[in-house]
Amino acid sequence: MQNHLITGWGVIRQNTVIVDGQVKEIHEKFITFAEFIKFLYKKEQVGYPKFYKMDNLSKLGFLTAELVLKNRDLKNNYRSEEIGVVIANSSSSLDTDFEYFETIKDKNNYYPSPSVFVYTLSNILIGEICIRNQLKGENAFLVSEYFDPGLITSIVDDLMRNNRIQVCICGWVELFREKYESFICIVEKEERLKHNNENTLNYCLLTKENLSRLCLNNGI
Amino acid sequence: MEELINKLKKEVIEQLNLEDITVDDIDPDAPLFGEGLGLDSIDALELIVLLEKNYGIKIEDPKDGKKIFYTIRTMAEYISAHKKA
Repeated sequence: MQNHLITGWGVIRQNTVIVDGQVKEIHEKFITFAEFIKFLYKKEQVGYPKFYKMDNLSKLGFLTAELVLKNRDLKNNYRSEEIGVVIANSSSSLDTDFEYFETIKDKNNYYPSPSVFVYTLSNILIGEICIRNQLKGENAFLVSEYFDPGLITSIVDDLMRNNRIQVCICGWVELFREKYESFICIVEKEERLKHNNENTLNYCLLTKENLSRLCLNNGI
Repeated sequence: MEELINKLKKEVIEQLNLEDITVDDIDPDAPLFGEGLGLDSIDALELIVLLEKNYGIKIEDPKDGKKIFYTIRTMAEYISAHKKA
C-alpha cells in the first residue's frame, strides 16, 4: 500500500491566514478582500508584479500557494514534470464572469476587457501557480457544490499511484465577491520522503478526514 | 503634448493595473513592451480598448499597433493626430 502524506498546508479565510498550523495573520476589523490580499502580498514580499493583474480568485489561490511553498522547496527534490496541481471550488470563475459582464452589458458603452476575459475560466488559477513555480505536471480544476475532500483525495491518490505525478499541490479555492476561503496543501509519497531521509512522523496521511480537519477546522 | 503624456501615463497605470509603478517611473520615450514596463500581449489589447474608450480612436489594422504603442510619446502623438473633435 502506497501512502501519501500531507507535508504542508495553508488556509486564507476571511482576513485570517494559517500556514502549517501557525496563525500568521488575523484582521479583526473588517477590510475588503482587495485590501486584505494586497496587504498580505506586500507583507510577504512576494515581488511578482503580475499578481496585480490577476483576478481575485487567482490572487487568493496564488498567494495561498506562495505561503505554503515558501516552507517547502519542492524544486530541489522533484522535476517540474513530477509536480501536479489539483484545485476545486464551487463558484468556478463566477466572480470574474460578473466583472466581465459589466464591460459588455451596455450596448452604448460596450468595451469588452481582454484582461478580465482571460480570467473567465477558473483553471487559469492553476496556470498562474504553474507559471510562477515552473510546474509542468498533470493538473485539474474541479467544480463541486461543496468542499468535497473525498473527491480531491481520490483524484490525487489516483494520479500519484499511477505515477502520473510524484507530488501534488491540491486544495480548495473558493471566492465570490467578499466571501472567500482557500486551502492548499502539498501531498508527497511516503516512500520518496523516506528515500530522502526525511522524518515523516509529523506528517498526516492524505485522507478525506484529514483534509476536512485541516481545511474546515484549521488543523484542530 | 506634455499634458497629454502625463494623462496617458495615469490612464495606462490604471488600465493595466501597474500598482507599483508611478507616473514618474514611466519614461515617455522608453519602449512599453519587452523591457521597461514588461507589458504583454493582453496589455496590448487593453491599450487598444483604452484608445477607443477614452479617445474614440479605433485601430483598424492591428499591425499599426507596434508603431503606435512603441512608447507613451508615440501613443500621445497618434492620439493628437487622430482624436475626434
